[in-house]
Amino acid sequence: MADERTESPLPRKWSRAGRGASRLIQAGFLVGLVVIWYLAATRWGVNRLLLPNPVAVYDNLLDILRSGEFVGDLQTTLGELAVAFAISAAGGVTLGYVISRSRYWIAVFEPLFAAIYSIPIILFLPLFVLFFGLGPASKIALGAAISFFPIVINTIAGFGNVDPLFVRVARSMGASDYHLFRHVLLPAASPVILTGLRMGFTVALLSIIGSETLASLAGLGYHIVHLAEAMEMARMYAYIVFVIAIAVALNAVVSRLEARGKRD
Amino acid sequence: MTGAAPKRLPLLRGLARRPWFARAIVIAALFAVWEIAARWFVDPLFLSPPSEVVASLDKVFGTRGVPAALQLTLFELTVAFGLAVAIGLALGLAIGLQPLVRRSFFPIVLLLYGMPQVTILPLFILFFGIGAASKIAFGVTHGVFPVIVTVVAGVQNLKPILLTSARSMGASRWQIFRHVIFPHMVPSFFAGMRLGMSGVLLGVLLAELYVSIAGIGYFTTLFTQNFDPTKLLGLISVLAAMAILLNAVVRRAENRFARRRAE
Repeated sequence: MADERTESPLPRKWSRAGRGASRLIQAGFLVGLVVIWYLAATRWGVNRLLLPNPVAVYDNLLDILRSGEFVGDLQTTLGELAVAFAISAAGGVTLGYVISRSRYWIAVFEPLFAAIYSIPIILFLPLFVLFFGLGPASKIALGAAISFFPIVINTIAGFGNVDPLFVRVARSMGASDYHLFRHVLLPAASPVILTGLRMGFTVALLSIIGSETLASLAGLGYHIVHLAEAMEMARMYAYIVFVIAIAVALNAVVSRLEARGKRD
Repeated sequence: MTGAAPKRLPLLRGLARRPWFARAIVIAALFAVWEIAARWFVDPLFLSPPSEVVASLDKVFGTRGVPAALQLTLFELTVAFGLAVAIGLALGLAIGLQPLVRRSFFPIVLLLYGMPQVTILPLFILFFGIGAASKIAFGVTHGVFPVIVTVVAGVQNLKPILLTSARSMGASRWQIFRHVIFPHMVPSFFAGMRLGMSGVLLGVLLAELYVSIAGIGYFTTLFTQNFDPTKLLGLISVLAAMAILLNAVVRRAENRFARRRAE
């Protein structure tokens, strides 16, 4: 499955003037949004519970960063993410490799995984909570289950589409199983697998924050809901900004790693 | 299957050669494991065997409010999908047809698309309440971005000369859209609709599970809290079937229009 999100169809070469103009428009747009937000919160009488003053949000954000109260939640979420991704990456790549060794098994399993992949697995969250409780275990299980599918599908695609000619040539030159894997199969398959791992990481992060929001006792998602229920709106907005920044940064790091892995 | 297969193949070996048959066996084996585990190894408060789940499907539908909840969720999905496609198409065209606008706003769209929207779910409840409106709104924000992105991608390599010549021949705005722009972007538009449908499903279901007073989220919570895994599994299976069906419908539409264009 191709990932449509990251392929920017923008032309590579922008004229310098056009680029300057569009940067200006972008900046103007963002400034305009903040100004409208400010005016709506202070002048136009939008309820403070719905839309807190952006200045208060900014102060709260600084306070959150300074006080370090996010450390515990961040550790919980990142810990869950690390375990879930380790499980799904190890399981998905291994199983994908085993299945990809035979055309027949690919034909058996690939449509099955693709069909399950099209179900929003978040539906099964109540079951995960029932089995694993409200703690980190249910988030890990859900994150691993959701991220398993893009990883295994891409691994099958990666190893399954290696040109048989390469394999035959390597064999006829006397490559052992290990050499074949290390020097032919892996380099040929790794770009597709890396894409799968990146997609898996993104959905694991998303589903873990999501399940923390829906049912949990700790973590970044939980904290946002907690603040919402306490009606501490300015702080909640600040926390949302913080969590989004973390998520965007993590995704950027992973995309960078993917690009680097593909270059080598 | 290859024609080289020997003619008098025993039936079983012939079947085993067909991937769909092995796939059916794998699925059956999974259900068997589930059945055995639920019958003899797992506490019935947490898991019930598939045979029982299927047998009690009518009880799930018989539960007061469940048919209405399914209907409500389907309604939310439909409205959210319709809005996501309409808004996505309008925004995509507005952004995609002008190079300057595209260069300015498309990065913003991609940035928003990459954000974990579930963090702002509590805000949606605050703004739109706990009824259907918040589910629809959350579904729209999940579904609209893939539509925008694919519409922009679909119209951006439209040759300006086509637009200019259509205009110089006196085509109206609507005619240009109908006969020049639309045919050009059909394949990517339908791909976007499919991605939008998965987005809408995700958004609506997330919002349903977060808080709900009449939709299916209410009943999943109820069945979980009552430790009634039979009904919970039944309801979830129905919803999963619904999701697969909706995806299949959109995918079929996509294939059909892609073929028509190819002809």
